Amino acid sequence: MALSFFRGIQSRPFLLYPSGFFPRKHALFYCTMKSTQTQIATHEKQEPQLKVSTQSKRLDKISKDFEAVIGIETHVQLSTITKAFCSCAYNYGSQPNTTVCPICMGLPGALPVLNSKVIKFAVKLGLALNCKLSLNSKFDRKQYFYPDLPKGYQISQFDVPIATGGFIDLDLPVEYGGGHRRFGITRVHMEEDAGKLLHTGNGSYSEVDLNRAGVPLLEIVSEPDMRTGIEAAEYAAELQRLVRFLGVSNGNMQEGSLRCDVNVSVRPIGQLEFGTKVEVKNLNSFSAISRAIDFEISRQVLLHNEGESNQIVQETRLWDEGAQKTVTMRKKEGLADYRYFPEPDLPEVILGNEYIDGIRDSLPELPEMKRRRYEQMGLSMQDVIFLANDINVADFFDATIAKGADVKLAANWIMGDIAAYMKNEKLSVNEIKLTPQELAELIASIKGGTISGKIGKEILFELMAKGGTVKGLITEKDLVQIVDPVEIQKMVDKVIAENPKQLEQYRGGKTKLQGYFAGQVMKLSKGKANPGLLNKILLEKLNAKS
Amino acid sequence: MFSSVHNPRFLLLHYRWPNLHCPPKPHLQTTAVKALHISQTLTLSSTPTSSPPSQILTIRESLLSRRTTAVELAADYLNRLRRTEPHLKSFLHVSDTVLKEAEEIDQRIQRNEELGPLAGVLVAVKDNICTADMPSTAGSRILEGYRPPFDATAVRKLKESGAIVVGKTNLDEFGMGSTTEGSAYQVTANPWDLSRVPGGSSGGSAAAVSARQCVVSLGSDTGGSVRQPASFCGVVGLKPTYGRVSRYGLVAYASSLDVIGCVGSSVADTGIILHTISGHDRFDATSSKLHVPDFTSQFISKDLLESKPLKGLRVGVIRETLDDGVDPEVISLVRGAASHLEELGCIVTEVSLPSFSLGLPAYYILASSESSSNLSRYDGVRYGNQVVADEINSLYGDSRAKGFGSEVKMRILMGTYALSAGYYDAYYKRAQQVNVNLAGLPALVLPCGFVEGGSTCLPVGFQMIGAAFDEEKLLKVGHIFEQTLQGCSFVPPLVADDFTC
Repeated sequence: MALSFFRGIQSRPFLLYPSGFFPRKHALFYCTMKSTQTQIATHEKQEPQLKVSTQSKRLDKISKDFEAVIGIETHVQLSTITKAFCSCAYNYGSQPNTTVCPICMGLPGALPVLNSKVIKFAVKLGLALNCKLSLNSKFDRKQYFYPDLPKGYQISQFDVPIATGGFIDLDLPVEYGGGHRRFGITRVHMEEDAGKLLHTGNGSYSEVDLNRAGVPLLEIVSEPDMRTGIEAAEYAAELQRLVRFLGVSNGNMQEGSLRCDVNVSVRPIGQLEFGTKVEVKNLNSFSAISRAIDFEISRQVLLHNEGESNQIVQETRLWDEGAQKTVTMRKKEGLADYRYFPEPDLPEVILGNEYIDGIRDSLPELPEMKRRRYEQMGLSMQDVIFLANDINVADFFDATIAKGADVKLAANWIMGDIAAYMKNEKLSVNEIKLTPQELAELIASIKGGTISGKIGKEILFELMAKGGTVKGLITEKDLVQIVDPVEIQKMVDKVIAENPKQLEQYRGGKTKLQGYFAGQVMKLSKGKANPGLLNKILLEKLNAKS
Repeated sequence: MFSSVHNPRFLLLHYRWPNLHCPPKPHLQTTAVKALHISQTLTLSSTPTSSPPSQILTIRESLLSRRTTAVELAADYLNRLRRTEPHLKSFLHVSDTVLKEAEEIDQRIQRNEELGPLAGVLVAVKDNICTADMPSTAGSRILEGYRPPFDATAVRKLKESGAIVVGKTNLDEFGMGSTTEGSAYQVTANPWDLSRVPGGSSGGSAAAVSARQCVVSLGSDTGGSVRQPASFCGVVGLKPTYGRVSRYGLVAYASSLDVIGCVGSSVADTGIILHTISGHDRFDATSSKLHVPDFTSQFISKDLLESKPLKGLRVGVIRETLDDGVDPEVISLVRGAASHLEELGCIVTEVSLPSFSLGLPAYYILASSESSSNLSRYDGVRYGNQVVADEINSLYGDSRAKGFGSEVKMRILMGTYALSAGYYDAYYKRAQQVNVNLAGLPALVLPCGFVEGGSTCLPVGFQMIGAAFDEEKLLKVGHIFEQTLQGCSFVPPLVADDFTC
């Protein structure tokens, strides 16, 4: 009953939060729909023809004299059980209009009541971003007409956001040159999400799905501190890690739980004022962020170099993943007037110091803290970044070393065979059957000589696939390494006796055959012979005068 | 916020509205004044009549004693409703399940089952308050035929107490007006003089109680919309403190001012209704968690009254409300009411509220600003009347152009302007700093006499404003005043013959 149809929307005039259901052709759509304050540009005109393939080389050359300035607005969908102002659940991918109620549908007489978890999550993220919290903030109404906005206004925060003036630390990936960065956070505020429009094939009408309406969001605005696409993408990735570590969001970009809009401008190096900024939307992955920004930088620098910098106008552009370029979506004509005023249906948000301290004390170890700790353990930056990337992996690693495992060996196992297995089987670290306890046991068993590294590897796969304990598997399969010299000597003798021809060749100078003998002994021992002992005894026997 | 009312415990405020609820439109102004016209001779006071008893308590008593049945009672009201409705037009919708619900109550009585305190009480509900089983249009074309999927909290509480919702009453569209002429559907008449307006915006609710088409009714008050029509129709109107009653299900006009109020034929009835609908509601974040007292428990019966039952109570008469422009005869009636309070033991002094005159402009800025926002949801997309168009802006524009009346459009325009960039500080922010009359204080309007208005007599009411969340005291004072007021019966001649109570 809530699914309404109305005619006339050919396309969405601006993609606030683009997601999968918008086809690539979207950018070519002709739009007759206008929002209150925007003019829609319809077709690309005089677009500098940049080819992605040649882009990076040219970029290097031409961008030497220019500097890009990048700021990012990120919307994080909070993983609260219920929506921000009503008791509806939100599950991505539900049938349209199945998780709606009078409140999130904006029916007459319905009133919002704030979900206190939203504040809790905002305070968590505010603290994690080293922000100053507003002890006294409030909600405001941001007003505009759009069919996915049922009340005709969005409940948001305007002049008193819940958190301001913070920063985020991150380490750039080693393959991009590495380095530590600190980017400023301007503000974090709470607001509600809008619904979605579903456009029909023939374009004669559109449908409104209000499942997402009223889902809580945190909007995080960065300072214009980033200079390259990589820095921007890493900023977004670090935010994703942060919200996942904090448990406030699943941070999933494909589902739209983490959405980034970037503002890009360029200026000649040495110039203090910012250039004209362009907003880029429809960035569904970190690599899209990085590539869209690099494209945009070279587009703007090119215009500068061609003496056409006046062609850089304040506008919103869309990243076209198919064409690997940005295209004009709408040009801004002055600032939108959202007629903000304090939301009269909600009381002020007052935070007590005790409440804040309670949340601060319950914060988990954050990615930056983890990386610094791992670094101090002596791990390489590559290891550090890998392990601290995923909170579950980091927890697994921490639990493993807590069981006494060698730090470097644990890191190697996790980053090597375990990571490869997870990738192949498309499993998360929580889904494999191996426990940190058993990984530590495995490492200790190899280090202590109970089993060989080769057998350790075999056991590992069994542990990951089926579970069980290292000790159990060793006993069950009789895998204990043979370290008794007498026993090994017996096997060596047997192999030598069975291969007189090879022995002769060996003694005739073909010493490479030692490997053959070793292999035969190992085979006889079912791989359990201690390789060191085996080789020592074998050599003695081979070289002994008969 | 409440500190602006500094001096007295009570402010005795003469009733003649500075036309709070309507924009300065000349013909509305005249109507309002006409309804209060004064004559030198009062002819109604020859026979001392008894004070109005509580209809609710009378009904309960006669049902429990089985002197009458709920069906008989309901039929009595319904007959009167049918007889008077063609003249009054106070209802936009009349329920067709009243008798069935009354029957169920009778069956409960027969089975000796417990009865809710409002069992068999016919309640009318202003049409901007949501009812799940009836249309709720807020008097607007844009919501024509709209049926909400839920009951407003106040309605739910009434139903849970056994009340029968008799229908939905007429109002100025979205509560914007003070005559009920602003309804998109019909014009309601004043039961005392069918050629006059009942006031507004809760004109239907006041007229229905006055003509005994129902026992009590719910109204809503943003800038006088319960109090003013109660006065026009000679009934008791109670505007509770903001936050006392949940707004959940009240179609929002100006959220920071909107209050659901009660209209009854006696102070006791309004107190009983207020008690039923009050209290914190988890669906309204602005509803108060303060304890709700049993407002009627402190009522003193007339026979037990001392000679000075209100001894020591300080009452201030706001000088600014008795200024130029108020009819001298109305002034004398209000001064008479003040003297009456003095005789009951009150210490009455005249006080001045210099910022009083700022109340009206501040109200207009705040109410229209909030309404411009609250009414944005009527876009024709999800509910209500939709005008089919080729593209979305025409759909919006045409639906709203056809759906809203001129008064509503004007307020949306004013409010949009006041909230616009560059004007916010000059208008909205400044208006927020004026708290006179917008302080959310509770107020009780009581009829206090009559003036002659041409061929017939017209009732005059006066307003008492109390301290925040002290409706109890207001009701207590009102109850004593009502019982000791001599020589007035506020049943309009239209129904006086067939209403005996």
